[in-house]
Amino acid sequence: MSKYTMHILVCGGTGCMSSHSIEIVENLKKYIAKTGMQDIVQVLRTGCFGFCEKGPIVKILPDNTFYVQVKPEDAEEIIKEHIVKGRKVARLLYTDPTTERHISDSKHMEFYKKQMRVALRNCGFIDPTNIEEYIARDGYAALAKVLTMSQEDVINEVKKSGLRGRGGGGFPTGLKWEFAYKNKSDQKYVVCNADEGDPGAFMDRSILEGDPNSVVEAMAICGYAIGAQKGLVYIRAEYPLAIKRLEAAIHSAREYGLLGENILGTSFSFDIEIRFGAGAFVCGEETALIHSMEGKRGEPTTKPPFPAASGYWGKPTNVNNVETFANIPVIFLKGADWFNKIGTEKSKGTKVFALAGKINNVGLIEVPMGITLREVIYDIGGGIKDGKKFKAVQTGGPSGGCLTEKDLNTPIDFDNLIAKGSMMGSGGMIVMDEDDCMPAVAKFYLEFTAEESCGKCTPCRVGTKRLLEILEKIVAGKGTEGDLVTLEELGNTIKDTALCGLGQTAPNPVLSTLKEFKAEYIAHVRDKKCPAGQCSALLSYMITDKCIGCTACARNCPVNAITGVVKKQHTIDQSKCIKCGACINKCKFDAIIKG
Amino acid sequence: MPKIMSLDELKNLRDKVKNQVDLREKGEKVEQMAVIRVAMATCGIAAGAREVMNFLAEEVAKRNLNNVVITQGGCMGYCYAEPTVEVKLPGQESIVYGHVTKERALEILEKHVLGGEMIEGIIPVGHKSLDE
Amino acid sequence: MGCEGCTNQLTESLYKKLEQFIDELPEKEGALIAVLHKAQSIFGHLPAEVQQFVAQKLNVPVAQVYGVVSFYSFFTMTPKGKNPISVCLGTACYVRGSDKVLQAFKEELGIEIGETTKDGLFSLDALRCVGACGLAPVVMIGDKVYGKITSKEQVKSILNEYR
Repeated sequence: MSKYTMHILVCGGTGCMSSHSIEIVENLKKYIAKTGMQDIVQVLRTGCFGFCEKGPIVKILPDNTFYVQVKPEDAEEIIKEHIVKGRKVARLLYTDPTTERHISDSKHMEFYKKQMRVALRNCGFIDPTNIEEYIARDGYAALAKVLTMSQEDVINEVKKSGLRGRGGGGFPTGLKWEFAYKNKSDQKYVVCNADEGDPGAFMDRSILEGDPNSVVEAMAICGYAIGAQKGLVYIRAEYPLAIKRLEAAIHSAREYGLLGENILGTSFSFDIEIRFGAGAFVCGEETALIHSMEGKRGEPTTKPPFPAASGYWGKPTNVNNVETFANIPVIFLKGADWFNKIGTEKSKGTKVFALAGKINNVGLIEVPMGITLREVIYDIGGGIKDGKKFKAVQTGGPSGGCLTEKDLNTPIDFDNLIAKGSMMGSGGMIVMDEDDCMPAVAKFYLEFTAEESCGKCTPCRVGTKRLLEILEKIVAGKGTEGDLVTLEELGNTIKDTALCGLGQTAPNPVLSTLKEFKAEYIAHVRDKKCPAGQCSALLSYMITDKCIGCTACARNCPVNAITGVVKKQHTIDQSKCIKCGACINKCKFDAIIKG
Repeated sequence: MPKIMSLDELKNLRDKVKNQVDLREKGEKVEQMAVIRVAMATCGIAAGAREVMNFLAEEVAKRNLNNVVITQGGCMGYCYAEPTVEVKLPGQESIVYGHVTKERALEILEKHVLGGEMIEGIIPVGHKSLDE
Repeated sequence: MGCEGCTNQLTESLYKKLEQFIDELPEKEGALIAVLHKAQSIFGHLPAEVQQFVAQKLNVPVAQVYGVVSFYSFFTMTPKGKNPISVCLGTACYVRGSDKVLQAFKEELGIEIGETTKDGLFSLDALRCVGACGLAPVVMIGDKVYGKITSKEQVKSILNEYR
């Protein structure tokens, strides 16, 4: 049915475009026409291949040949040799730097594929509403295997894998299971934390929407390991689709006998219920989450006792995050030794990030631990939007901090991020460019934590509010240099004295931007300037001599602050100007500047 | 649905359904099965994936194309290009398209699925799967 | 489903519905949040009378019910507009200018966050991440998601769809 038998894909990503990928397409088409093969060979421009350092990329289907650093003049040779005669152009193939061999088939170019999908292995590949598609991809085989092992062996396998909690803290999962296992009780609970509250992170939702069965299976495995018969998923009520798909998965697992009494003919019984969150960021903290599941205000309590000893209704409870659970079945299918070869020495496996902000390819990505920020931002993310300059990347959401230019080559793992003053968090990764004002970003996060503070302990309840007030002062141009000292002192005090994770990490966005972007803070308080041009209170608009006197600005100024004669340069009355920016948008001559 | 009572029964079911899935994915009846998978996660739906999926299903039904399967998947991760659609023709590598509107869905169906001609807007898949 | 204009009889049937839900619960202990979710889906919001009713039925102090209602952002004590507007203030939307979008809605509707317009047509809220970051900045009206909102004109034309 196909008239085309060959397809030539040319990368149309920003990087490749700037190195003439359009001309490559034109030349390829030209030479194809010369050979008269235009009806069987199709040339197409595609999105970014994510291998920009070796661009422009040209890929030929169906033989998967992957040419790198192609120039427009190479088009003739590709057509004459490869397409007509079937001989690959060796000099354009990628040379593996270690083996110095040419690699022609992109399937063997693992190094180019920066992403590795473990937790997201089925997302996008199977129909999440059909349990059979999950079973076809070895679903529930890990549970079947686990049921033939002893509880200790199951826990040891998880310990050996080196898996650490993906919800933020990075606590070793196997160890957590062991604590819950060792605490004897008539009733224990497995809890899945699906209360994703970090603004800008949505990996848990994507897993539940794309592969809910992997979480169901993993919870049953955990239940077997620690000796629990009951699982609870605490999920945000704001995730209706994820709830629906999870409910469907639980229902079909029951129908297939993969949940319920005597699973797979063994004496092990396990079932799962869903509990709805009601929108409180602090409920990501496990003790707060447990209180919320009990129908109470989601306030944290001091640890110990840890939930592994006294959790839901006082019974031993193991709480893991969605992404952590999604890794579990793979560990048993492929083995702990397979898993612990991925990643860095102390952070094993992969991590899912929600890559967003001022980046070209906003997306949900999964990368091996130890990948550098540079690879994530430039190779996978396709670089900064609109060709702007990279300024910072924020990881860890309201609990994290900013990483800058100098951190681009740092391998990403739990410990490195903490050493840099940020944290892994649940995996939000927000890229910022030169137009983002750091004190304003810090204020944004503090607005969030001040509002989400549960109010139980004073350092967090009062402290975050005071931090926020100082930041509001600074961006309004009323800050003093003394305020910067106060910010730092107060921030460190909150860090040391707050009751739970939310409070202890709340000052991070302030402290890390204060450390990395001190000059920007000083510009706000001393010079009353906002270098990024964001804080409207610190801006003034001026009309330059580019003005031709078209009167567009004066007519659109809401407060009549602009005066001038037709065809003469206009002026802005600074005392009247409300800095709304309407004039700058209307000016067709770039005659108005802000600064 | 009878409950699965043992590991062997699970394996049997897996092999049975795997064959069914393989039939679609690896294309043993080459000229018969093309799969179009629409990414139907919240972000995709917000960008219009449901309309695209319904539209494709209607078109396929209207034309009596019993060799084309329309199915749904979760998030493929290409948020910047939602809605995204994956086309898997028998014996060929799967191709992912981004920014799929109804118009583009029609083009994908007519040109790529029925005509074997790819269209603009391909997203190169940049990740390893577990099987590799 | 607001209470506006509804007769006592109708309200009574709503209470009946909630009562039935509570009576059918296998376990009343710890069910408060689940009951409040149900109540809000029935009444649209959680006014003091509904909270008192819940407290009585579950045999807990009203203060405890109020404590929970006021703790969680999902619960609301004021009725929403016919078209509830939620502006996403997640980080991804923020760096792409959602604060300006929120400002535009405030100016256009003349209300602040948490308020409802006098005609009951719109209410305005902020929410933390819809998860459609590829479309940032994002606004939800009811269940419909609007993405890539960059200008005041866009805000106006979206609102006009509902006027």
